[in-house]
Amino acid sequence: MNTCQEPVIHLMHAYLDGDISRQDEQMLQAHLAECPHCREMMDELKMSALFLKSAAPVNAPEGFVSGVMARLPKEKSQAGFQRLLRRHPLVAAAALFLMLMSATLFSSYSNNQQFSFTKQPNLVIEGETVVVPAGEVVKGDLVVRNGNLRIEGEVDGNVTVIRGSKYMASTAVVTGTSEEIDKAFDWLWYKIKSTVKEVFPSSKDEKKEE
Amino acid sequence: MDELVNKRINEVIKGNQDAFGEIVSLFQHRLYHVCYRMLGNPQEAEDIAQEAFVRAYVNIHTYDQKRKFSTWLYRIATNLCIDRIRKKKPDFYLDATVPGTDGLNMYSQISATGDLPEEEVERMETQERVQYEIGRLPDKYRTVIILRYLEELPLQEISDILELPLGTVKTRVHRGREALRKQMGNM
Repeated sequence: MNTCQEPVIHLMHAYLDGDISRQDEQMLQAHLAECPHCREMMDELKMSALFLKSAAPVNAPEGFVSGVMARLPKEKSQAGFQRLLRRHPLVAAAALFLMLMSATLFSSYSNNQQFSFTKQPNLVIEGETVVVPAGEVVKGDLVVRNGNLRIEGEVDGNVTVIRGSKYMASTAVVTGTSEEIDKAFDWLWYKIKSTVKEVFPSSKDEKKEE
Repeated sequence: MDELVNKRINEVIKGNQDAFGEIVSLFQHRLYHVCYRMLGNPQEAEDIAQEAFVRAYVNIHTYDQKRKFSTWLYRIATNLCIDRIRKKKPDFYLDATVPGTDGLNMYSQISATGDLPEEEVERMETQERVQYEIGRLPDKYRTVIILRYLEELPLQEISDILELPLGTVKTRVHRGREALRKQMGNM
């Protein structure tokens, strides 16, 4: 072991890392030229580095990717829909529309189990029956839900009874259309019709004229 | 490349698992290679490299997209490898009998990891020898040597992966090279 080693070894490593100043490199080369011991060591270090670089890259085995995918925690269901949305935007939009549409319609049909009716000033309520008294004129449309309607007077508008029955006395007059809705399908049809009427008010006027 | 990776990562964050498959395809060989060199065993390397990808997937929201994805991935993998190596060590005792070998103890199995007689080492093919010499390096030198010479990463990136100061990485590369030189003698 000669005394020159420590600082020179440091320079050797700096050289191997490509992390050496020109001045230091010249110093190192000059030293190596005259010190066979350090020269040998430098060669050995270079050999080790070269030896390592001879290592062939090793590829992951077949099926590595599917192996990883199988180990992943389960995908959130939301992602499946997002993928559908990306691949078939139109189908997805239609599916979403139908889903939401039917969900709101059917839920509003089945959830509205309560007796309710359009508030008009001169109506008389007998239990779950709405009565249009004889001689009275109800101005505007009349809707009764989950209850019965008995008309003895006059209704100046459309009459709709949802899940209930309608009795018309001989004195009854309904200027608009009158209908009874009992099934979900009728309800849907009614809902669509009334939506259309709201959107296109002209069609409503036409109906009145008929 | 980085742009593509970040795009896929954003899709993964939104919950698209298929996008992660592409990321795995892109990095599988590099990550497997590091694990293979660290552990020296194909089955363990596959297990740990796959586990690294799973951890990356689960923790994808903690990845800082301003940094290199490969650095983050390498960090997960090298940490898992080091854990595995450390756990393996006290796993067996040399004089415990190996199950199913009718009284053979661990001394008879040591050739798989320990030092071999010189003649046997000389008969090895280069690839086998490389793995053997890497396996003999102490853990902390082995990691930097693999990243430096087999993955050919710059020192700064190694420092980022291992979360060690650049100076420490340099010292470890020097010591690792020195250890390698000594253990190989003159080839």
